[in-house]
Amino acid sequence: MSWQVATVADVRQETETARTIVLDVPDWPGHLAGQHLDVRLTAEDGYRASRSYSIASAWANSHSSTIELTVEQVPGGEVSPYLVEVLKVGDPLEIRGPVGGWFVWKPEQEGPVQLIGGGSGVVPLRAMLRAHAVAGTTPVRLLYSVRRPESVIYVSDLKELAASDAVDVRLVYTREAPAGEPRVGRIDADLIEQYALKPEDGATTYVCGPTPFVETVANLLVAAGHDPARVRTERFGPTGGPR
Amino acid sequence: MSNYLDGNAAAGALSELFAVDLTAAIAQCNGCGHTTVFAESRVYVDAPGTVARCAGCDTVLLRVVTTPNDTYLDLRGLTYLRVPNS
Repeated sequence: MSWQVATVADVRQETETARTIVLDVPDWPGHLAGQHLDVRLTAEDGYRASRSYSIASAWANSHSSTIELTVEQVPGGEVSPYLVEVLKVGDPLEIRGPVGGWFVWKPEQEGPVQLIGGGSGVVPLRAMLRAHAVAGTTPVRLLYSVRRPESVIYVSDLKELAASDAVDVRLVYTREAPAGEPRVGRIDADLIEQYALKPEDGATTYVCGPTPFVETVANLLVAAGHDPARVRTERFGPTGGPR
Repeated sequence: MSNYLDGNAAAGALSELFAVDLTAAIAQCNGCGHTTVFAESRVYVDAPGTVARCAGCDTVLLRVVTTPNDTYLDLRGLTYLRVPNS
């Protein structure tokens, strides 16, 4: 697989620090929900930096050449500040993908699906929710941990998905909650017990977020009796990484 | 060093070298024998290249370094990689 040039078709601000970039990619081969792609920037002096970002959109059909990335700006980052603040409609962007075959959800997969995201870790989970809305029949739950109400990425999209019978969405606020939501705090064992699917449900769980978040949640799930082989994780750190 | 990602972060670099997706491959660590899907390894991208370490014992499983002319692939920490026949 080699690098190719995509064109920015649209940009949408999602939160103060995150934005969705709609890319037009000629001859896009299609992707599975949860896959990502690498973005490469080249400076005038030839210096190159590449980072991996989760694809936020489900692949619509074989005639589609449009994909979406949602990028959260990393303070002091090499790539994300450019993607969030500088890149504009019509600009070219060097990409390589889709890549990754482990942290993916396929419509033919059996059993319910538990999605657990922290911050911009919701991005590949959103692709899974979108793919599920088109082709899935099994129950899906999303547990989404955010700092405060303004940090929620895809607010209207999640509301729309939550209105469907197949999807159950639960937001967890770690710093500041909206009016009427008494709980402020991280995901813990009680919350997993209360809102996550149970081990006996035979769910496959996808956990994505910053490395410490993923480690904590994966450990909580295993402690609650979930089979480690059915807990799939994707971590990202402050240097960038899949998101 | 706790600033690691996981095997998924190496997917792009590996896709230039292998015809199959290695992140879903089963990998055995040559250091401790820990056997798991490659996506669960710990990947460091801060180095001049990509380094994957065993989540069990921290042994370097794999390194990919790209220079302007060549790519170096070092697989010394892997006993094997198991990929399904397509």
